[in-house]
Amino acid sequence: MEKWSDNRAWFLVLPVFVIVAFSAIIPLMTVVNYSIQDIFGPGNAVFVGTEWFEEMLTDQRLQDALWRQFLFSGLVLLIEIPLGILIALAMPKKGWGVSASLVTIAIPLLIPWNVIGTIWIIFTRPDIGLFGVGINSLDLLEIPFDHTARPSYAWITLMAMEVWHWTPLVALLCYAGLRAIPEAYYQAAKIDGASSWAVFRYIQLPKMRGVLTIAVLLRWMDSFLIYAEPFALTGGGPGNSTTFLSIYLVKLATGQFDLGPAAAFSIIYFLIVLLFSFVFYQALLHVGKGEKIA
Amino acid sequence: MARIQFDHIAHSYYPNPETPADFALKEINAIWEDGGAYALLGPSGCGKTTLLNVISGLLRPSRGRVLYDGTDVTDSPPEKRNIAQVFQFPVLYDTMTVAENLAFPLKNRGFNKTDTAQRVKEVAEILDLTTDLNKKAAGLTADAKQKISLGRGLVRSDVAAVLFDEPLTVIDPHLKWQLRRKLKEIHEQLKLTLIYVTHDQVEALTFASKVILMYEGEIVQIGTPQELFENPRHKFVGYFIGSPGMNFIPCSIDGQTARVGENSILLDPETAKRGSEAGGSLELGIRPMHLQVTGSSVEDGIPATVKSVEDQGSFRILTATFDGHTVRARIPEGQPLPDKKLWLTFPAHRTKLFADERLVI
Repeated sequence: MEKWSDNRAWFLVLPVFVIVAFSAIIPLMTVVNYSIQDIFGPGNAVFVGTEWFEEMLTDQRLQDALWRQFLFSGLVLLIEIPLGILIALAMPKKGWGVSASLVTIAIPLLIPWNVIGTIWIIFTRPDIGLFGVGINSLDLLEIPFDHTARPSYAWITLMAMEVWHWTPLVALLCYAGLRAIPEAYYQAAKIDGASSWAVFRYIQLPKMRGVLTIAVLLRWMDSFLIYAEPFALTGGGPGNSTTFLSIYLVKLATGQFDLGPAAAFSIIYFLIVLLFSFVFYQALLHVGKGEKIA
Repeated sequence: MARIQFDHIAHSYYPNPETPADFALKEINAIWEDGGAYALLGPSGCGKTTLLNVISGLLRPSRGRVLYDGTDVTDSPPEKRNIAQVFQFPVLYDTMTVAENLAFPLKNRGFNKTDTAQRVKEVAEILDLTTDLNKKAAGLTADAKQKISLGRGLVRSDVAAVLFDEPLTVIDPHLKWQLRRKLKEIHEQLKLTLIYVTHDQVEALTFASKVILMYEGEIVQIGTPQELFENPRHKFVGYFIGSPGMNFIPCSIDGQTARVGENSILLDPETAKRGSEAGGSLELGIRPMHLQVTGSSVEDGIPATVKSVEDQGSFRILTATFDGHTVRARIPEGQPLPDKKLWLTFPAHRTKLFADERLVI
């Protein structure tokens, strides 16, 4: 490579660097700053090293919240991805039905998070909610349905909310992926005598890999960071049954004002999301390519 | 294997076609004999692919019947017709290995494992894919991918016909030639009926024993490459086949001669007679290679002026004008070129007459 005598072109990178610094680096370093010190007030901080991290990693409530979180995000992926694929497969391919179904499906995505919470709370209320009143009038449940009555009821409501809100995103991504498959593949499959299952398994699914990667990553990250829905529904209850990581984190930071442990927790949280996103990305990138995950 | 017959086939992509222009295929009657190598030749948009899809059953024709060995299969889907088709772009099942790709049509039809493996091995050998059998198909080069598509077409030994829809479009020129030869070999080896769609006349003329030339949804001529070249049945055939295409000059008939302005060109007496009977708008047609050029005045020669000369390597194309008409002549290497003035001679047995664009026979 030739060496340039004039390196002033680097100044052109400066605006980006400044923006990234303010949007990511400085906030993150503030958190790091809090996580390794005990700050009593301005100019009054004690360096504590890894103490907050150790405290957080051994915190039973955090571990419980973490497992709860894994269970929740796992269930979200297990339900939303297959359901999204099914919806995309069932959507019309031409005619007026295309725009009609696209608009209908996109509606949940346009509603703000906390409004979704309110809609579902009202929908499932045992006194006035359509679902709550409906299911209780069937008289099937031992304890009448009320999302504050039992952890399982709260979970069901939350899961329904999450699935209703975000499956459309998966479906739209999959639909885009399906539309991108050239007609010749379907024609070749017909000539080859492939069953519709084989068409799905060997053409549609592999061709959707790219969009599915995006869908899994988005849904994983987003559901792992879920806050507004459980907060609106029960504020983490009943008991601690819907206290997910971010609910616990907010309690710790703004409720108890334990900024040191909360900062350490934030960093751990961030690393977990990063790690899993990376693993999913690598796994989906290499699946079916015959290469081992690097 | 089967003899494929089109009985009054017509197809339109519109639900309620009215005018002839609505039809992608206009009334076609044709027969593909068992074991033949056919090329479907024509410019883009002339209905070649539509016709191919009607043969394979991907498309149900609006009118008419498709017969395989005399049995009506018009309503049968492709998988019931036992036909193979190779598309313009390689179609691969990305997640499978090459061997699995080749075995796929057999697997779907419930062939047993040993027969399948045997057949896959044979086809891989024909196509030189043996070393790649256990590789994933996705990572291969474009020509290897197209060979796999080809292989999937050939793997069933009992197919009625193998249809190719411009299969060499995405292949590099030097590999094109190899693959085309491979196809010819396969045809000789397996005696399959092959129908090959292309818009490239060289490809069609070298590959096929019979060429079907299509134009605006109609078959204008079916014949051997030689027939198409020497006796084009339609002005379009003369124009489309050969490089450059046939010369056409409007004329009128006067006894045994064709008159072009002040010039008279002596015709074959039989042709002249039929031409005057046929009526309509008449045109002379002659291949550039048959048009004779001399630098000095000759008997029956028509004086003309040189417009341009193009050197094409082993021959030259001379463009000349006479009486407001432009003609091209193919001059072999070594023959001296007149520099400005020249005389054209039209050999009577090579000079064709077209009435309303159709050959006068």
